[in-house]
Parts: sequence; C-alpha cells; structure tokens
Amino acid sequence: MPEAQVKMNVRGAGEKASIIDVQGELTAFAEGVLMDAYNQASDGQVRAIILNFEDLEYMNSSGIGLLVTLLIRINREKQQLLTYGLSDHYRSIFQITRLDDAIAIHDSEEEAVRAANSA
Amino acid sequence: MTEQTPQDETREEEKQRREPRDAAYWAHYAETLKVTGVAEGATNINVEGRRAVGPLQGFGKLWQKTYRVSLEDAEVTPVEVIKTWKENYKDFWPEGNLFYAPLAGITPGEVALISGSLPGGVKLSTGVMVLYADDESFSLMTPEGHPFSGWITFSSFEEEGATVAQAQVLMRANDPLYELGLRMGGHKMEDEMWRKTLENLAAHFGVHEPVETNLLCVDPRLQWSHYRNIWHNAGIRSALYSITAPLRWRRNRVRQD
Repeated sequence: MPEAQVKMNVRGAGEKASIIDVQGELTAFAEGVLMDAYNQASDGQVRAIILNFEDLEYMNSSGIGLLVTLLIRINREKQQLLTYGLSDHYRSIFQITRLDDAIAIHDSEEEAVRAANSA
Repeated sequence: MTEQTPQDETREEEKQRREPRDAAYWAHYAETLKVTGVAEGATNINVEGRRAVGPLQGFGKLWQKTYRVSLEDAEVTPVEVIKTWKENYKDFWPEGNLFYAPLAGITPGEVALISGSLPGGVKLSTGVMVLYADDESFSLMTPEGHPFSGWITFSSFEEEGATVAQAQVLMRANDPLYELGLRMGGHKMEDEMWRKTLENLAAHFGVHEPVETNLLCVDPRLQWSHYRNIWHNAGIRSALYSITAPLRWRRNRVRQD
C-alpha cells in the first residue's frame, strides 16, 4: 500500500484531554498513524481526545471509516471524542455520514478544550 | 453583467485555495434520499424520503468485512479497475440480486434501487446512495430500512507491484430482526455475495485468483437504543407490499371503471 500522506502531532490540553493535530490526508493508509497517535494521546488520565482538523487537506470514505473505528475504541475506553477546525465542507461530510450524531464538533480549540475538561 | 473587482478576484482565489481536493467526490448533504427516475422492474417503496444511515445508527454488532483479490496477472491499473467496476457494477453482482444503476451512473449523491432476497426467500426492495466516488474508489451508503446500516467502499490500489481490487463493508444490522437474520445465515449469504462479485470482476480481467476474506467484529455490543429502526424494515415492508398487490390491482381497476 502507498505511504500515508499524513502527520499527527499529539499534545496535552489540561489534565483530562489530549489534542491530535491532523495534517494532510485522512485515507485508509493513515490507519497506523492515527492509531499510534491515539495510543500516545490516551496515556495517563486522559478522558477526552480532541481531533484538530484545521490542516486536513483531503479525506475519502475510508478516512471516515477510520474515524468510526476510532470512535468505537474511544467509547470502549469510556473516553469522549471531540473535534474542531472542520471547514464547512468537512462539517457537511460529518452530517452526511451522520458522524455528527456521536462526535462533538466545536468552532475553536478553546471551546473544545473547555468542553473536554468540564465533562 | 458586473465586472469583477480585484477584491472579488482575491476572494475567488482564496475560495479556490480553501476548496479541498476531495470536494467533487462527496455527495452533498440532503435530509432525505430522492430517487430520480425509477427503472423498469424496480420498486421504489423503501428509499424515497428515507434518511441515509451510517454504522453509528444501526442496531447490531459492528463489523468490518474486507474482501480482496489480486489482479497480478492482468495488465490493469487501479484507475482502470474502478472505471470498469463503476460502469459494469450491476453485471458483477451474482444472480438473484438486481441493481438498478442511477441514470447518471455511479456519481456522488445518486441513488440506486436494489431488488434482492433475504434468508428464507423474502424478497427485498431497497437501495443505496453513492456517498463518495473518485478515480480509485467509490462508496455506497444505505438508507433506513436496509438490512444493514453503514457503507461499502470499493477500491483498487497497488500492493507489492500488483493491482488489488477490494470491497470493504462497515456495517451494523439495522434492527433486531435483521441482526437475527444475519446470525442465522445472512452473514454467510452476504460474504458469498461479495466474494462472487470480486470473482466476477477478476474474471472480467481474465484473472481467476481466490478472494481473500477478513471479518473483524469492531464492536460486539448491540445498540438497543436503535431497536425502533424496525419500523422502517424494508423486508417487512416489501413483504406487505407483495401481499397487498391484489388489493392495489383491484383499486386501480375500480378507478379505471
């Protein structure tokens, strides 16, 4: 399979949350990178994972499938999944695929971090 | 006609810069599905006005099923495979299931009708929406009432120098009845259907390789909060539609007289 055209940076956001900055393309080839980032992000007492999509450049339906499996994994760990930085286009894709039923979408990092740490 | 100012041009350039590369590949959001043109023989009783549903809205266990075949012996690129698959989608399906392709073909947002059968020989009228389509993959998403809630992604890519064709289903049974049906032979029927589809696709390119199957239960829990999905069950509604056919015929005769 081709190499993943994506980078993910993990950083803390308060005691209970971690942010994963997604930069590049979210496709089937990003699975390993995304799961590694999640493992790194969920160390310790983290109760919420925040995905930052400000630098998301491309996503196909396999990428959306990855988010579904990530969400299931997060729910199993009794954690919460939040996002911010989605453009109108990607918000619309969350609506079509009905991911917005289960993943909280926020307008800014501040708002997402506040929601994650108050839960 | 209005002339464009430099500011307008800058705004347009900015918009184009921000327009993601995948924008043309995705269906646009619509609250409910709309079927444009019903092909002869197709029945549009379980699709029009229904919502598309993903793996999160279903009832049963969440499965990721992957079926793939290597097209190593064929001189064919992933783009050619997907082009062929889109153009001949219905011809690769095994006998007994009918896919009424949308007039515009496999393009984002289009809705296709399906006539199939469930375990026990129950006839089923349902459909799918084209969720995503690019040169190397396309995905179909199911409506409420379909046996499963989720999507199927058909893709082709190069692996170790060979072109591979793959179908990957991410699904939950839509309601408790379908979950029972899947456990009592439905999964086997479905696996056989996609294996046969890939065999037919490979045969089109002169390849007769075995289809690899990988079945992964991503979430074994049942989503009891979605048990009411049974209200839209297309199997039940299709059966009722068939049973009441004589009544509709009689009513139409009365109207004509």
